[in-house]
Amino acid sequence: MDRRNKNLLHNIDWWTVIIYLVLVFFGWLNVYAAVYDGDHSSIFDFSCRYGKQIIWIGAALVIALFVIILDPKFFTQSAYVIYGIFLLMLVAVLVVGSETKGAKSWFGVGDFGIQPSEFAKGATALALAKVLSSIDADFSKWRTKIASIFVIVVPMLLVFLQNDTGSALVFASFVFVLFREGLSAYVLVFGAALIVLFVSALLIDKYILVAILFALCLVAWLVIKRQSHRTKVWLFLVCFLISSAVVFAVDVVFDKGLEQHQKDRIEVLLGKKEDLKGVGYNVNQSKIAIGSGGFLGKGFLNGTQTKYNFVPEQDTDFIFCTIGEEWGFIGSSITIILFLTLCIRLVKMAERQRSKFARIYGYGVASIIFFHFFVNIGMTIGLLPVIGIPLPFISYGGSSLWAFTLLLFIFIRQDASRLELI
Amino acid sequence: MRNPLSSRRYVVMGIFIAVGAIYLLRLAYLQIFDDTYTELANRNALRYVTQYPSRGLIYDRNGKLLVYNEAVYDLMVIPRQVKHIDTAEFCNLLKITKEDFVKKMEKARKYSTYAPSIFEKQISKEDFAPIQEKIYLYDGFYAQSRTLRYYPEAVACHVLGYIGEVNEEMIEKNPYYKKGDYIGMSGLEKSYEEILRGKKGSKITLVDVHNREKGSFKDGIYDTAAVAGKNLYSTIDIELQKYAEQIMANKRGCIVAIEPESGEVLCFVSAPYYDPNLLVGRVRGKNYKMLAEDISKPLFNRVLMAEYPPGSIFKIAQALIALDMGVITPNTGFACDKGLVGCHNHPSATCVRDAIKMSCNPYFYRVFQRVVQQTNPKSGKADSKYGLGLWTAAAKRMGFGVRLDIDLPNARKGFIPDTNFYNKWYPSGWNFYTIYSNSIGQGEVGVIPLQMANFAALVANRGWYITPHLVRSYGDEDKKEKYVKYGEKHYSLIPSSYWDLAVEGMWGVVHEAGGTARRAKIDDIAVCGKTGTAENIGEDHSVFICFAPMNNPKIAVAVYIENARGGGGTWAAPIASLVIEKYLKGEVERKEMEEMYMQTNPCQPLPLVRKVKPKKVHKHN
Repeated sequence: MDRRNKNLLHNIDWWTVIIYLVLVFFGWLNVYAAVYDGDHSSIFDFSCRYGKQIIWIGAALVIALFVIILDPKFFTQSAYVIYGIFLLMLVAVLVVGSETKGAKSWFGVGDFGIQPSEFAKGATALALAKVLSSIDADFSKWRTKIASIFVIVVPMLLVFLQNDTGSALVFASFVFVLFREGLSAYVLVFGAALIVLFVSALLIDKYILVAILFALCLVAWLVIKRQSHRTKVWLFLVCFLISSAVVFAVDVVFDKGLEQHQKDRIEVLLGKKEDLKGVGYNVNQSKIAIGSGGFLGKGFLNGTQTKYNFVPEQDTDFIFCTIGEEWGFIGSSITIILFLTLCIRLVKMAERQRSKFARIYGYGVASIIFFHFFVNIGMTIGLLPVIGIPLPFISYGGSSLWAFTLLLFIFIRQDASRLELI
Repeated sequence: MRNPLSSRRYVVMGIFIAVGAIYLLRLAYLQIFDDTYTELANRNALRYVTQYPSRGLIYDRNGKLLVYNEAVYDLMVIPRQVKHIDTAEFCNLLKITKEDFVKKMEKARKYSTYAPSIFEKQISKEDFAPIQEKIYLYDGFYAQSRTLRYYPEAVACHVLGYIGEVNEEMIEKNPYYKKGDYIGMSGLEKSYEEILRGKKGSKITLVDVHNREKGSFKDGIYDTAAVAGKNLYSTIDIELQKYAEQIMANKRGCIVAIEPESGEVLCFVSAPYYDPNLLVGRVRGKNYKMLAEDISKPLFNRVLMAEYPPGSIFKIAQALIALDMGVITPNTGFACDKGLVGCHNHPSATCVRDAIKMSCNPYFYRVFQRVVQQTNPKSGKADSKYGLGLWTAAAKRMGFGVRLDIDLPNARKGFIPDTNFYNKWYPSGWNFYTIYSNSIGQGEVGVIPLQMANFAALVANRGWYITPHLVRSYGDEDKKEKYVKYGEKHYSLIPSSYWDLAVEGMWGVVHEAGGTARRAKIDDIAVCGKTGTAENIGEDHSVFICFAPMNNPKIAVAVYIENARGGGGTWAAPIASLVIEKYLKGEVERKEMEEMYMQTNPCQPLPLVRKVKPKKVHKHN
């Protein structure tokens, strides 16, 4: 038993744990700075958010420890059960949940609330890993494809129904997992092309865009024809027709498929709408806060924009503003590098797993964390539309912190016993 | 044996790194290369609050307070930050109507949505108390304390002047001033603006998104303190000023008194005057309009701006000029020939002294003739030019026709005609007979009351004057700085023996039989004076200049009563003597006389009706 524990401690990927701890601590500092108010500065004031965050962090560490102690097989074996429980909770929250900012995603008891969708991501990662690691799984077969997509789409839809679009979009990050497990690269290319087309169609006049698409297809056909004589003309024609259809469909999708605030956010991002007092306020203030930080930042607790509430949601979704303003380029680039390092390390760790389950789950963890990082920071620096999802480990909030801790430490635990026989 | 799919990890990692790199570049752009955000952040969170210094106070020559400051509040608004306020309640609090609110907001917004502008100005301390309690409820509004000028004695409006908000033109000319600042618009407030105003300071305060103050920026290292304005110590004697204003309360005209040896103005009354408190605060606009439309022109500073014909007081100057030129001697006599120019009934003067005493018009006709026609009394235009040239220069040395550099704005020069003027006026030629009216202070001569008083001081000093002024010193009580501008004596270059002669004549005016101002006599004070009765549109002006005591003069006075239905001896002289008595004795003992001159209003009512038949015919009046 002793030896096993010793091995366990030895096999834990401490770098990941350290990055986790650094991010959590740095996150707390910034929550403190964002909420800080000269009059109430005791860090143990539990009525304040930074005080509460200390409790959340304490609990998160207990959860982490618990996960480490627990037999890793528990999660492998009960993946479906956990998944099932959270699906039920997602359904339940639609019925009895409480509403915050238009999203019905909380089980709330007084001040304390828990957000099942945060945990559902991890549960889905477990279930997906389970599906894809089963003995008869083969991604080249439709059965596996459909099963895994089903596992992803069900919770995603449920979260959509909660009106929490941001969290629902996170489930799209599993595309990385599927890609690693054999999803055709064309799907990625096709997805990327769709996004480019969507954005272009919003920015450029449709007929000009169609003309450009035609020219592109023509050039592509001519180039490829020169190299191989067996090229079929109809392929490029179909390409052109489909993309043109998409271009004209964008309007319908944009108008009918999105809600007003979502349209506004996209239009603000694309510069089609400048309403700095209204829908563009958040992003503009966020950019001001980050931009005014300069190279070195204004210093801890010296940020004026975040401390004085110019930036909304500054301790949760817009926490990166506080980092940008008070810690400057140095602080924000270190944060980005830490996240990148974490994500890349997770991919590397996933690749070293003997167990297929652990590998797939590892990819899931990396994908979820990366997607949050990508969307959250992209939004604060004005590169992506406003989508309200937290910055992992850093944003204020118990559910989010615990969910990410669980997510990460389940994988750290799996990784720690990667050398054991399955 | 490696799964070929495992190389896909590089695609995944590549995407991760690409995103990270884009974000780092974006951050570098936002945080390092583009500094507009710093500016925008400052605009968000920093509020530059101007610290207004208290304006210097003004005291009289005995240290009595003439002008002080009282705190009022300007309610400021930053339109951009006004959100979700209960307009009805807010209007109620300010006691304004909803329409006012909309109008004021519109005006503020027009000026700037980001910069603060005044929403409601000069709210008194009492009215502000309930607002102060609730102002935090209204985002975008805050109060700025300002001071207004108040005048405890409500006198000397034309000396003190008033302050008002700067206009665009002033802001353009002097960048020290910002919209909403106050500046001295007239009087001492204007001429001593830079001493009185002090220096504005500025404080940078941090504000949150709700515009609540959050303390000072960087512990105030960029703040500058306001420097309070310096106090002014005026030469005015407030008791005398009050007394003179009381006399003039129902009259039109001026009383100016000067301490001859220093040139310090003791009282300075231009009537009608107004209560300076009328031009303070929110009532100012309304009152200003009322005063500006008043037909008797209370805003018009007659002492400095009214160019009156001096009338007979000018004969003293004529006599002195002639004596100095040697064209007459102290014992020159001329018959009172009413064929030359009209006169009252009196024996012919046999000497300069008597001529002054009796104010004989024909005598001074002859005197002026000798001045102008020095070599050929019969005719000769060239000769007149020579004589007039000398005369003009001599008159200017007595402070006539030149701007006395008093420390108030807008003093006029008055007018002493010269040969150029007459050449232009009479292109076909002129000679003594064209211009003789000037001999008795009519004609083209124009003199402002300040010059008359200054001339009285010049006589009192027997030949020199110090430019009249209204401020002795400035600064703190214990560290007064003497105002050094006024110390220089201006000499008339006429020997003092001639001045003595004039003084004796002026003594006779008051004290001797045949003198024109017997009513100015004070039993135990030797008053020397000279009456004048100036013709013009409407009734004659009653004029008197004097000084007392005869030896070692302490006060020189000029009194000018417009359209007084009587000569200088009737009105101006006794009024001047009351002023002298008040100043020298502190209390007027001739109560009956005092009451009479205070209560009677000799002035012909406005608008003036031209006299049907002028007694004397003069050109160019």
